[in-house]
Amino acid sequence: MTALIEVENLTLKFRTDEGLITAVDNVSFSLNKGEVMGLVGESGSGKSVTAKALMHLNAKNAVYTPESKITLHTDTGSVDVLSLKTPKDLNIVRGGAVSMIFQEPMASFAPAITIGKQMVEQLQLHGDYSKQQAKNISVEMLDRVGISDAAKRFDQYAFELSGGMRQRAMIAMALSTQPQLLIADEPTTALDVTIQAQVIDLMKDLVDEFHMGIVFITHDLGVVAQTADKVNVMYLGRLIEEGPVREVIRNPKHPYTQGLLAALPKLDDIDAPLTPVPGDIPSPLERPSGCVFHTRCAQVVGDVCKRAIPVNHAIDDSHSVACHIYDEVPA
Amino acid sequence: MSDVLIRAKNLSVGFQIGGGLFNKQVLKAVDNVSLDIEKGSFFGLVGESGSGKTTLGRALLKAAPITAGGAHYSDGEVDYDLENITKEQLKDYRKRAQLIFQDPYAALSPRMTVRDIIAEPLEVMKLTKSREETDARVREIAAKCRLNLEHLRRFPHAFSGGQRQRISIARALVSAPKFIVADESVAALDVSIQADVLNLLKQIQAEMGLTFLFISHDLSVVAHTCDHVAVMYLGRLVETAPTRKLFEAPRHPYTKALFSAIPSLDPDDRGSAQKLTGEIPSPTNQPSGCKFHTRCPFAIDHCKRVEPTLETVGSGHDVSCHRWKELMETEAA
Repeated sequence: MTALIEVENLTLKFRTDEGLITAVDNVSFSLNKGEVMGLVGESGSGKSVTAKALMHLNAKNAVYTPESKITLHTDTGSVDVLSLKTPKDLNIVRGGAVSMIFQEPMASFAPAITIGKQMVEQLQLHGDYSKQQAKNISVEMLDRVGISDAAKRFDQYAFELSGGMRQRAMIAMALSTQPQLLIADEPTTALDVTIQAQVIDLMKDLVDEFHMGIVFITHDLGVVAQTADKVNVMYLGRLIEEGPVREVIRNPKHPYTQGLLAALPKLDDIDAPLTPVPGDIPSPLERPSGCVFHTRCAQVVGDVCKRAIPVNHAIDDSHSVACHIYDEVPA
Repeated sequence: MSDVLIRAKNLSVGFQIGGGLFNKQVLKAVDNVSLDIEKGSFFGLVGESGSGKTTLGRALLKAAPITAGGAHYSDGEVDYDLENITKEQLKDYRKRAQLIFQDPYAALSPRMTVRDIIAEPLEVMKLTKSREETDARVREIAAKCRLNLEHLRRFPHAFSGGQRQRISIARALVSAPKFIVADESVAALDVSIQADVLNLLKQIQAEMGLTFLFISHDLSVVAHTCDHVAVMYLGRLVETAPTRKLFEAPRHPYTKALFSAIPSLDPDDRGSAQKLTGEIPSPTNQPSGCKFHTRCPFAIDHCKRVEPTLETVGSGHDVSCHRWKELMETEAA
């Protein structure tokens, strides 16, 4: 397996009126071709910002530390994503080799331009296609994602499509340029469960067919269990646990991951009490010292949690956790 | 326990769409729904978007027009016929029935302090006589919702989603209502916080003896909080049962499909479930016969022609499907 994208020591701050706000703190991970990575965490954990960094798509007030490095290995060579400057150079990570699907399909289509026109536009931007060729590819892609009557839909506007249909069209658009990496930011959150199940199935089929890598951002561990090969759990900008999906879900090591799983209402035992993770995620303006989770953690081992940032402990080859509980385990 | 607080009988809510004189169309958002909500219960209402659950909730609050049938509210003190309610009665009903919204970011005015937000219903409905009394009442309710004095002075932007939802809850509770409609009240929250808000709602319900209509699209949340569940599809009630019965033995193919669509937490249990194809039809262009037949894997010719009615499966368990008995027997075999 070859790495598709490698993220090393990614630290990202936003310059604001209230000073520098740390959004992502020293995050490293890599993703192989054909692999689906679930990126999990609650709102404010930095998952979307991390994903946007992969496309160098964060707002102008974003500051990357010099140690941050994102390398994309495409079929045609490696690209240092964060060094890209001009819009022309950036094309490769913005719709070229990397595509993104957003959460709100209504907000991500221009309302006054037909779906087809938007699809053709981006195809022509990234590839050397004639208008007719681009149209053919688009209609074929719409058909491929299960939109009936694709030729007719091609000429419709986003508001004429239902929520599930729009999300399919979004997926079709993202995949029509044949990206090697797809970033899906909460692609099913706005959908009904029945439609969510359809979209998840569709995405699984597409991974098999196109063999691309997917970063799947979600707060829903059930969706992760159904789609991902491996899981990264984030909290307040830090990567606190990573591992294969089976390991992380069946054998979570970090108190936060354990808390997330315990908070989930389960259908097989409807009498079990719901256990919330106590407290709220702190404001990024008031990042706790030491382990960022210590203010909500029920398993604080001592003063060390407030003082020292926990290092990554390897549980086994692929499963690692950043928590002081495992300090006796060699790092 | 068998006191009925809200009784809807053949309730329909329609909206007129299309402006012209001749092309007026009626969109039936809620169609012939009958249900009883028992006093002190946590009644769940589930369905996909477009199933009419929010409209039904609003009709029971007298916030959506009832076009046919009716609904009755009776809490022992007063008895209101919601269809023919007088202005005076409606004023009183507003105190007794309250709503908690889905989005805690949109539901709170950014220009009011938390104290003013919670106090507003008291002032508007003139429930307190002095500012001191208002303050005391606000503090009491705020404490119940785990908000402290410091919180009351701040503006909503300083709060996280979970805290905001607690503010919304406090505002709904301040007029000491008997009946609360919680419309997707935890849908916008993270799971870690969602459990906290659900526990709070349950605790408040027990303490204050409230009756909840809990509208949600999330069956696992409903399973954990509600005593009784009604499933809606295209404005119709398709199945209603005590929670345990519904989850142990759902009878309607739609209920079953909703269950199987919930993503399993087991990574090895992928795609085993039977999934629904297609989407919920437009309410302006409803299918004939059983509304669900266009997506139902068990639909036969009869389903396309004749509309099913609610049949009793067991105590408190009703289902509206032509083939439920047959399907139950094949399942057992």
